[in-house]
Amino acid sequence: MYAQLVDTGVKRLKTLEEMSPEERAFQEKIDAEIKIEPKNWMPDGYRRTLIRQISQHAHSEIVGMLPEKNWLTRAPNFKRKLQLLAKIQDEGGHGLYLYSAMETLGADRDEEVAKLHSGEVKYSSIFNYPALSWADMGTIGWLVDGAAIVNQVVLQRTSYGPYSRAMIRICKEESFHQRQGYQILLHMMRNGTDEQKAMVQDSINRFWWPALMMFGPHDSDSPNSAQSMAWKIKRMSNDDLRQRFIDQTIPQLELLGCTVPDPDLKWNAERGHYDFGEIDWSEFYDVVKGNGPCNRDRLRIRRKAIEEGTWVREAASAYAAKQKQKNAAA
Amino acid sequence: MSDWTLFEVFVRSKHGLNHKHVGSVHAADAAMAMENARELYTRRSEGVSIWVVPSAAITASSPDEKEPLFDPSDDKVYRHATFYELPKEVGHM
Repeated sequence: MYAQLVDTGVKRLKTLEEMSPEERAFQEKIDAEIKIEPKNWMPDGYRRTLIRQISQHAHSEIVGMLPEKNWLTRAPNFKRKLQLLAKIQDEGGHGLYLYSAMETLGADRDEEVAKLHSGEVKYSSIFNYPALSWADMGTIGWLVDGAAIVNQVVLQRTSYGPYSRAMIRICKEESFHQRQGYQILLHMMRNGTDEQKAMVQDSINRFWWPALMMFGPHDSDSPNSAQSMAWKIKRMSNDDLRQRFIDQTIPQLELLGCTVPDPDLKWNAERGHYDFGEIDWSEFYDVVKGNGPCNRDRLRIRRKAIEEGTWVREAASAYAAKQKQKNAAA
Repeated sequence: MSDWTLFEVFVRSKHGLNHKHVGSVHAADAAMAMENARELYTRRSEGVSIWVVPSAAITASSPDEKEPLFDPSDDKVYRHATFYELPKEVGHM
């Protein structure tokens, strides 16, 4: 999941009787699966929660470009380089779709980006891990984008129209990311040297648990989930999404001929799901708090990009103003 | 970038079809909006033509007007071809 721990500001759900007539009409619309559009009335909490969730989601797309950019100049061949370039451009595009959706709620893009840079709002914990080998490009595409897809497929049915439409577009494009990632790994496992195969296994070992953390804390530790689910901003719980991801992924893992670093992982025929071990939540909260391996570096590069791009934006504005003057004079 | 104009983007996916709203971009001027729209919304041959329109130039109906605007047409079934039942002998009409 690209949005974790999104605060709704609500401690307890209101019943229909406790709601104002406007709130009740709003909730009934949501219950009837009617999408909410920008100009419709909505509770402040709904608007605030959406801005938080969509901005965090957008920031994740943008920061998500950073671990991959490292490998653009180090891709093993030109074909792989083009594919990676296309994938990274997609991530930037996804960030922009989401910022646009966020703006329909009255949020200001620059202000929200400033909140990211000051550390006031977060992006997905996964992007605070480094990409150390070429195999990581495969693992990120397969596991990280794969986990994001599981979350985003469900979010296509989210209750806010512009968010839902952005998700539909993103999901269509994202499946290329996952397939290209898996193909990188498959190619290394089937045609690679022993060293390259070991590189794949090492990459999966490092990304497996952080990928599972993308779905956020256990449902029992997600105090904001109930309100987000009632508003249908969220459509499936963290634990259910995580289970779905694991169930989908393990057969693909076996086809690769690799393993995950979890001795407790095994098929449970009775449940019809894989059982798996406990996530190290202290690591998750530590990374969310800013102490992951790459948090500081990611934010430093984001700030630098904005600062060093200032003259470009100023030049574009000056050029547009000059053209306007010229056209007015003509 | 928020001080730049917000443009709505419309893309014609194929010749013969309407332009359809796909999203929005910020840009310093219309030419830049066109470039940004091309990069953002047509990376996979999604279109053959793009319109960019300053969002402020669009007048939209308000959700409160939904009833006065659209309800009157709900009870005019006789505006649909299917309302007129004709004998089978007429064939396709």
